[in-house]
Parts: sequence; C-alpha cells; structure tokens
Amino acid sequence: MNLTIIDYNAGNTQSVIFALNRLGIEPILTDDFEAIQKADKVIFPGVGEASTTMAFLRQKGLDKLIPQLKQPVLGVCLGMQLMCAHSEENDTTCMGIFSEKVKLFQPNNGEKVPHMGWNNITNLKSGIFDESLENERVYFVHSYYVEQSSYTAAVADYCQPFSAALHKDNFYATQFHPEKSGKVGARIIENFINI
Amino acid sequence: MLAKRIVPCLDIKDGRTVKGINFVNLRDAGDPVELGAAYSEKGADELVFLDITATHEKRKTLAALAKNIARNLNIPFTVGGGIGSIEDVDVCLMNGADKVSINSAAVRNPALIDELSLQFGNQCIVVAADAKLINGEWIIHVSGGRIPTERRLFEFTKEMQERGAGEILFTSMDHDGTKAGFAIEALAQLSDNLDIPIIASGGAGTMAHFEEVFTKGKADAGLAASIFHFGEIEISDLKRYLAGKDIIVR
Repeated sequence: MNLTIIDYNAGNTQSVIFALNRLGIEPILTDDFEAIQKADKVIFPGVGEASTTMAFLRQKGLDKLIPQLKQPVLGVCLGMQLMCAHSEENDTTCMGIFSEKVKLFQPNNGEKVPHMGWNNITNLKSGIFDESLENERVYFVHSYYVEQSSYTAAVADYCQPFSAALHKDNFYATQFHPEKSGKVGARIIENFINI
Repeated sequence: MLAKRIVPCLDIKDGRTVKGINFVNLRDAGDPVELGAAYSEKGADELVFLDITATHEKRKTLAALAKNIARNLNIPFTVGGGIGSIEDVDVCLMNGADKVSINSAAVRNPALIDELSLQFGNQCIVVAADAKLINGEWIIHVSGGRIPTERRLFEFTKEMQERGAGEILFTSMDHDGTKAGFAIEALAQLSDNLDIPIIASGGAGTMAHFEEVFTKGKADAGLAASIFHFGEIEISDLKRYLAGKDIIVR
C-alpha cells in the first residue's frame, strides 16, 4: 500500500512518520501533485498556526489539490481545522472541505487554553473508529475547536462538547493527535490504513 | 474530562540522562533512549527532554539523540536546551519533537516568543521558567539556573502568555532534587494568574506530593526526574494512587 504524507512545512511530520514506522509502514513524504494523487491513502498532518500554514498551502497550490482528492484522506489537528471553511485564528479562510467554522475556546469554568492533554472521545462514527475505542483517552493540543455538526465523527468535552473528529465521504479528520495517543492512537491509524 | 498529566523529564548531559540536586551535583541515570521508550510503555503522559548543558556550553540541542528517542515514543515529546531561533525549533520538530521548551532565550529576547508562536502555533511553545525565592521574590534564573535575572516569575510568565507561550514549565530551583514536595503556594498563584496550562517541576518525592500539586497547587501537569529514573515511584502505581484520590488521570 502506498501511504503518502503531504509535505508542506507542517510541523510534526516526523512524529507521524515514526508512528507509521511503528506499524511497519514506510510512508512517502512529498508535495508532488502526481505522487499525492496516485497514493492509496493520504495523511494531511498539521501543527502550527492557521494563517501561516494556509499561506504555505496556497503558495504550493495544495489548497486546490487536497479538496479534489478521491482516496481516503486523514487530516490531523491543524490539518482538520484547515479542511474546514474558516478559522478564527488570525481570521483565516481555509479549504472548505467541511463547511464548519473553527473557533477559539471560550473558558466558562476556569479552563486553561490551549486544551492540552488526554481527554475522552465519545459518540464515535466512521471507519477510523471501532467500538473498542469508545470513551478512550487521546492526546489533544489546540486552542481552536470545530463545533458539532452532522459531520462530527467523535465528540470531546472541553469548555463545551466539540468535534474531536469529522468525516465526510473520503475525508476523515481528527482534532487530536493519533500519532501521539499511545496504543489507542495506533489503533485509529491502523483503522485508517484498513479502510 | 481532561486528565492531569504525569511527565518524566530526561535531563541530558553528554548523551546520558543525569539528575542533580538544586541544579548541581549531577549523577548518571541511564540511557535516555531506553528510558524514553520505557516511560512511554509504562503510561507516562508526555516526555520532556532537556539538554541541560546546551545553553552553558553554547551547544544546540542534541538532534540525533532526540530523533532516536522520538522514534520509540507514542506520546508527546518536548525538547529543550539552548533553543533560541526559528531554525532551532525547526530542527527539533524535524527530529520528532512535538513541542519545544524555551528558557534563557525567552528572557534575553522576549519577542522571540511572538515569532515562534506565529510560526509554529502557541501549542508548540513551552516557556521554561526556572526561579528561586530571594528575599520573598521569585527571581527568574537563566543558563541552567546559573545566572539570576531582573525578571520576576509572575510578571515574566504573564508576559510570555501574552506573547504566545502555550504552556509554562515552572521549576522551583529551591525545591528541585530535594524530594520535599513542590512549591505549592507559588504554583497555585501562578495558575490563578495565567490562562495557559502549568507544568509543575521541582521537589517531587512521594505520591502524596503529586496529589498536592494537582489539588492545592492547581497544576495541569506534574514533572519529575530522579524518582522515576531510579524506580522510587512507578508511574502505574502513581496513576492508581491519584485515581484513588479522585484525581482524573489516564
């Protein structure tokens, strides 16, 4: 299987590569359009700031390519946020694969922002999850969140319930970092590989 | 509910894990690659890797060693030690780090934190504040605790938050290595003062100290080194103990 990671100055790409290596997979890291288009599976990682990262994607034309991909695509963390329509982080227009808006957490009970650490995921849907993962803890680190919608594939609760994962057609996305979520995260990546 | 985090810290000198008392008298605590993998397996929530000689000897973080540690880790990984530029952070991230810890450079050039948070996102930037209580004031020290500055813990960390730090790693130099408990009062005040998460460091000696740091100390994460490295407290036992005290852990 050809698993390709989109290379675009995304911060923690190396963490994703190591996580795949631990599952016995050697991913291809590339920004080449043709290589990305012919991959069996695509991972769109992300750690960083929305406007800077979107600017990189536009510069390379990846903002046009990614929404047109037909194979299973997994966006992670900022990757998921950039797949939405708009982010409040420096008022950034994103790729719009999901119609949701990305908003800044508003603490209502003294919660710290960023939401950083291990939290539960519930109401799991879509092929990247399975029953054994319901209510397990995964690693989050983010200050902006995606509201719940019909595309919500997992819910987490911080300040309010929000989308911990999204799914629409061939696009899958997680707000948390499966590559850093221990054995639970490894299982989610395996499920994605097996879609 | 978000869980409180238990964070083993690997202080690295010349490629080995070391641990001192009050920042001096270092003794060897083993191979950092083995320790890192073992902690990940035993249920640690994050790992911090500090190249404690980096600033002092003006070396950059040991990128190759970081990479070897990261390869075996399925939990988040923070790298610190001598980081002072966007290029330094890039090197850390390319070698498998998820976050970086900025210490001396944040004091010498506070605007660096604005640059880094814009480039990499706030969540990536941990500001490590090493402080010592002098005449009733928590004074920030740099260069591995060797040099006192004119900055005070509370105003300094507030500024760091405003400039875009995603987390504060506060080490009480007075408590570090003593195993007599964390700097609870200062930690609670720091947590009340700031809106970003606090990692408490310095003084962990017993499981009760962790309970105290998460309740009275209001910390989001508890960091320790020697008690974990030398097997005095097993992370799984600590998690069970804390769960028994109604503290949410993974």
